[in-house]
Formats: sequence, structure tokens, C-alpha cells
Amino acid sequence: MDLIVLRGVSFRYDGTPVLVDIDLTIREGDFLAIIGPNGSGKTTLVKVILGLLEPSSGSVEAFGKPLGEFSDWRKIGYVPQKATHIDPFFPASVEEVVGMALLSNRKPRARSRREGRGEIIRALDEVGMADYGKWAIGRLSGGQQQRVFIARALVTSPKILFLDEPTTGDDAETQASFYDMLDRLNSREGLTIVLVTHDIGIVNKHVTSVACLNQRLAYHGSHEDFCRSGVFRDMVSRGDHLISHEH
Amino acid sequence: MPAFLTYGFIQRAFLAGVFIAVACAVLGLFLILRKDAMIGHGLAHIAFAGVALGLFLNVLPLAAALAVTVAAALAIIKLKDMARLYGDTAIGIFSSLGLAIGILLASMARGFNVELMSYLFGDILAIEPLEVGLAVILAAAVLLAVRMNYAKLLFMTFDRESARAAGVKVGRLDMLLMVLTAVTIVLGMKVVGILLVAALIVIPAAAGLQVAASFRTAVRASTAVAVVSVAAGLGLSLTLNIPASAAIVIFCFLAFGIFSLLKKGRGLSARANKGNPSGHRQA
Repeated sequence: MDLIVLRGVSFRYDGTPVLVDIDLTIREGDFLAIIGPNGSGKTTLVKVILGLLEPSSGSVEAFGKPLGEFSDWRKIGYVPQKATHIDPFFPASVEEVVGMALLSNRKPRARSRREGRGEIIRALDEVGMADYGKWAIGRLSGGQQQRVFIARALVTSPKILFLDEPTTGDDAETQASFYDMLDRLNSREGLTIVLVTHDIGIVNKHVTSVACLNQRLAYHGSHEDFCRSGVFRDMVSRGDHLISHEH
Repeated sequence: MPAFLTYGFIQRAFLAGVFIAVACAVLGLFLILRKDAMIGHGLAHIAFAGVALGLFLNVLPLAAALAVTVAAALAIIKLKDMARLYGDTAIGIFSSLGLAIGILLASMARGFNVELMSYLFGDILAIEPLEVGLAVILAAAVLLAVRMNYAKLLFMTFDRESARAAGVKVGRLDMLLMVLTAVTIVLGMKVVGILLVAALIVIPAAAGLQVAASFRTAVRASTAVAVVSVAAGLGLSLTLNIPASAAIVIFCFLAFGIFSLLKKGRGLSARANKGNPSGHRQA
């Protein structure tokens, strides 16, 4: 099933082209990496898909509906770029942070407080943070906060999860554990995952398909074909601010 | 029960004061965390123009202030969007305009300056039964609106972009928050006056934020500070025959000082325990 379909999407910011004529389909069960150099439009592409930015031209469909008519946002989870969007002193407990997403979508009286709390705890358990429910979010480490934000994205039982550079700045051990968790969510729970990353090492190890972006979509296909492709060799040889690991 | 509490005017003052102070404290939390704390000052200045207009046109000043302040609150949002103004610029423009119009109307109609002064400095002990009813109903409506949109307001305040991505209509919530703030400012005007009403929005919320590790705790602490300050301020005002508005605000500030010291004490013991389960402060 096609979850997200982009046809001829372009986006300009103050007249400067950021995305040009993007055609992209994301299918159920994909673990897709969107890669590209700095300023290639990766984050912009995700924001256009999520309806946070209006494309200059082209169309976006989510779950078979044009984005303007789509209303079931519970089906789409989003974890934005780390540490750029929250106040570290904000007085919110981990359970409150996860509950924000659940209760914001709740229809009045559709769910009791106990059921709601059960769903929050389950989402935290999914990311290994169930013991931290009462903690203040600002007191967690960066890696722990990121897991809580994933729990917040998972609590509405989405079909697709977007993550924007989720492990920037984390050490290798935290990153490995984080991506193992994503692997499990993708393979066991069947969650479709779209990951914006600089890290080709992640691409090699975890994802099933790759979209390589540099304003235009330079490549979209399986990870195996991407590794053999000229696009991959060109990107590595140019540097392109990508991180490459030996595997 | 002390004899003075049996007087109707004191009971009315306490009832209206508590409802309004709680509404101020709850809204203040969202406003401070959105870095919109100065909106209280701005809308209070605009309410001054509304009161002057009401007195000038000989209509109920609270009703005129309500209409003018709500309209200005919506205009501030529109101006921010249309003119892409930085930070508090739109608030600064409208609050200056409000003061200018208020002064102009006061100078044109020389007869109502004494009544205008009561709105500038507040006169909670002179609150009329009709005003008490209006204050209680509107403050309860403000609190109900916050309760109904609590999770969305919290989500938008904490992480606006993720809230938008989750389908929260942040533009509508911005408008709701501004309208609720405008209503609350106008109600608070009678309790502590135009010059001090922003204090009821900012100080109890700021005090609550000093000690809270969760938003729910912050709400409880802020409302407790607001209620205790109103009660203590009224008591001190009656005992020492000093202005109630000033006494209420001074008690708010004392609570802020105490909570700040509590935070400092906790901070010293919790330092270096970030991410460590054994020493973590829980919500």
C-alpha cells in the first residue's frame, strides 16, 4: 500500500529553489533513509510531506487523500531534529510529554484517564523508558529525551514515523541501541520508518531503501542498488558532509 | 470565623479575587513558557483605553474594556502575521496606542478622571454584586476553555512544530489564548488595577515554575500562590488600611522569593544528577 505519494513537488523559499520536481512514493513497511548534503532540502521535504510547509507546485497525498483533505494525523508520527525545538527548563514530566500527543487527538470522553495512562506507559515501554514516566524531561540525557519523543510519536499508534536527524551528537553506543530499536519497530511491529540522516553508515546497516536528495531526487530505490550506484560513489568522493563508516 | 469576614463586600472581594487570580495564574503559565509574558502589560494598557471609552460613552466600563481589549488582542495576532514583526513589537505598538487613546479621551471628558483612577489602581473592596457575578462567570469560562484545550495548549507551548505535525490547529489556539488573556486582564483590572494586573498574570506563574518538575505541579503551585496572595492581601489591607491591590502583588512577590529560594536549595542537591536515576528529581 502506498502511504505517501509526492508528484512533481517543488518548494521555493523567498524565490530560491529548495526542492525541484520531486516524485516519491513511500510504501507500507519501508525503512527509508532520506540522505543528502547540508542544504539539500531533506528537512524541507519532510516538512512538506507533514503539511508544515506548502509546496510551491506539485501534490502530496497521504493514505490516498490529498494532504489538504487528510485529517487522521494519528496515523503519522514525527520526531523533529534534536535539541532545536524544546526548552530544557520546560516543566513537563515524561508522561506529560507523551500524553500531549495522545490527548491532543482524543475525542471528548472517547478514552478514560486510566486507559490513556495505559497507552502512555505502553509507548514508553516500547522505547525502554517506562521507568522514567515521572521524571522531568529536562533532566534526561539527549538520547533519553529522543526516546521519549519517539514514544510521543508512537502513542497514537501511527502507521508511519518520520525522524529528522535523530541521533546527531550521540555517542556510538547510544546510536547503535537507538537504531536497533528502530529496526525492531520496523521488522516486528511493521511500522514504516522515514529517516533523515547524514550518516551513510546507518544507511548501510539498517534501512531497506534510500532517497538521495540534492534539491532534486538523485536516486530512489533499494539500499543494495544504492550502494552499487554511481550516485553513492559520487557522494562519498565529493565528501558532501556525509559521514561514512566501514561495514 | 473572624467578624470582618461576615461583611458582604469582603466576601464579594474574596470570591471575585480568587476566581480572577486563578484564571490569571493558569494563563500566565502558558504565556511565560511561550515567552509572551509582556502581553499582560500590553493588553492592560489597551484595557485603559477601553475603560476610558466606556466612561466617555457612558456605557459599562468593564464591557467597553472587554470589547476593546479582545479586538486589540486579535489585531495583535493579525499584525504579527501580516507585518512579520519581531518579538513583542506588535504588543508595543498596540499598548502605546491604547495609552494614547485613553489619555486623549480622559482629557476630552474631564468629568470621569476620579473613576478612571479607580481602574488604574484597582478597588476590589468596592466591587459591585453585578461585577462579581460577571467576574466569576467569565473567569470560570476562561478556566473551562483552558481545561477543554489543556493537552493541545500544552503540546503547542512545549513543541509548536510537532503539535502542528500532529494536526493541532495552532493558529486557532493562539487566538483562543489571546482572547482568554484579554478577558482575564479586563477582569483582573478591578482586583489590582490596570497598572498591576500584569503582575497577577506573571508573578504567581513565575513562582510556580520555580518549583515544578511537571506542568501539573506548576498549575497547582501557581494557583495556590494566587489564592493565598489574594486572601493575605485582602486581610492585610483590612488590618492596616492599605491598598488591597498593592498588598496582593507584594504577597505574590514574597511567594516568588520563597519559591526561588526553595529552587536554589533543590538545585544544589540535585546538581550533577542529570540522567541519573538515583538522584533524579521526580515530577
